Amino acid sequence: MKETCVKGRLWVLTDPDGKLYDDIDTDMIFHNRYLHITDVDQMGQYALDNLEGWKDFAQRAQPGDVIMAGKNFGAGSSRQQAVDCFQALGLVAIVAESFGAIYKRNAINSGLPIVSIPDLEAKADAFSTGDELAVDFESGEVVLNGEKTFQAQPFSQVQMDIYQAGNLFAYGKMLGS
Amino acid sequence: MPSQTIIEKLFQAHSPGDVSVEPGNIIWLDLDVRSARDFGGANVVKNYRTHYGDAPVADKDKTIFTFDLVVPPSNIPYANNQQICRTWAREQGVKVYDVNAGIGSHVALEEGLAYPGSTFVGTDSHLNILGAVGAFGQGMGDQDIAFTFKTGKTWFEVPPTMRVIIKGDLKPPCTARDLTLAVLGKLGSSGALGWAVEFYGPAIEALDLPGRITLASQVTEIGGIIGLIPPSREVLDFSRQRTGRDDVVEVYADAEAEYVATVEVDITDLEPLIACPPSPANVKPVREVAGRRIDSVFFGSCTNGRFEDFEAVAKVVKGKHIAPWVMATVVPATRDVFREMLRSGVLETLFDAGFIISNPGCGGCASGHLGMTGEGQVNISTSNRNFPGKQGAGDTYLTSPVTAAWCALQGEITAPEV
Repeated sequence: MKETCVKGRLWVLTDPDGKLYDDIDTDMIFHNRYLHITDVDQMGQYALDNLEGWKDFAQRAQPGDVIMAGKNFGAGSSRQQAVDCFQALGLVAIVAESFGAIYKRNAINSGLPIVSIPDLEAKADAFSTGDELAVDFESGEVVLNGEKTFQAQPFSQVQMDIYQAGNLFAYGKMLGS
Repeated sequence: MPSQTIIEKLFQAHSPGDVSVEPGNIIWLDLDVRSARDFGGANVVKNYRTHYGDAPVADKDKTIFTFDLVVPPSNIPYANNQQICRTWAREQGVKVYDVNAGIGSHVALEEGLAYPGSTFVGTDSHLNILGAVGAFGQGMGDQDIAFTFKTGKTWFEVPPTMRVIIKGDLKPPCTARDLTLAVLGKLGSSGALGWAVEFYGPAIEALDLPGRITLASQVTEIGGIIGLIPPSREVLDFSRQRTGRDDVVEVYADAEAEYVATVEVDITDLEPLIACPPSPANVKPVREVAGRRIDSVFFGSCTNGRFEDFEAVAKVVKGKHIAPWVMATVVPATRDVFREMLRSGVLETLFDAGFIISNPGCGGCASGHLGMTGEGQVNISTSNRNFPGKQGAGDTYLTSPVTAAWCALQGEITAPEV
């Protein structure tokens, strides 16, 4: 069984006005000029390099980090690279108020943990880059710096099954297809 | 069986008989067609080979490639990726709609591969455009698609359905695109996040197929899974003719179906609209930004790349010439569209007005294709997204083909007149 609770250093993605970044689309996460890349190891270096204020994110991120964003994270295209680039950097979770529908599927299918905190925008002041964030996928409990607790939506059953299997392919094989 | 919305009925017909298709439930959805394009296609092949080796796809007749993005390729990495797909498709006996064909979702409609009540997935996030004919289309990532190539199905969470009712009739100079922009302006970028949408009202019933395509293509931009439009007689006739099947039938919602929300959009006093940078939902009346000098205009994309869209442009520019400082590009959606433009004289009208006319495809909609924008460039586009960096370094405004044609003639943002 894989660990269902992770702890990591937090990056709070804020927009040029200092607010939690909404509508970060897949071109901002992994720009279409890199879409010819098929090797996942090559994708990490371009993560967020078209997001204003965060173009050097890939150089600063460390394996084990967690990122946080606002509404509709991963809006736009269906490109898997927008998930794979974070896998390549070794991020352990993405926390947002909500996710784009296709992005959500892609993250679940890749086994990249994502959780939503309803009404995160109103709570955003509590979080700062560099904080320590613990996320429990089973209960949805999010603990900030070992003190403050927030409630995210726990993993759905299919999300947990695919996460435990590793990815969609391994999950499908377990089911016999 | 409880009352169902369109997507619930459609999913019920594509999942094992005893499954409860209710919002929030995870079902295994049978997919009538599984596709990949040149963005994502090589990744699909790589995933397939890694996880399934040389095993045959579930059904080669239900598996296709559609190359529509960098067509023909303008750089070696894309040429390589297309060749990877082509070679693998030959080994598998899978059909390729190659670089000459046009936009995959439109080819799917014209070839009768998607029709009312059918299911179709691929690596294009605007595949939900197929909701224009009451089909379920969905863009997915390359792992998902590799999985569907092998299994013919995937898991899917049944989304709740929202109902959007359009009040009033569409009157010139407003077009289906202005109606669509009105919906975007009202709902915003996440107004239908994770939901299916059904559209109703007299203006919807009156929409022709290209208008339905325009509206359905923008549901992604309000965060929706898909926008389903109950098929009209015209749509049914089109799909029956294209599939060669008389048994294509519409899927309608039950009268007692449950909706998560109902929103009314009143278009009685609609005026031409424009989505300003930085997002498709940043919608304003054209007059509010009128007068801004422009550098380029792009006509095309899966949103407004049909013959009727270019015919409307030709009516505006006939016998005139675009402003001397404007670069105007036309990209038909498919070869069928191109042929109709050629035979009807629309192509000649646009050529004489100073337009650049390209081969069919997605060109002009994303950077990497023809017609990228440079820093400071003001670009008017009939495509579907204007996120920063999407078409290049410039600022993109999204409008109807009619408004875009007026802008091209004037060389500045201009509201069309009747």
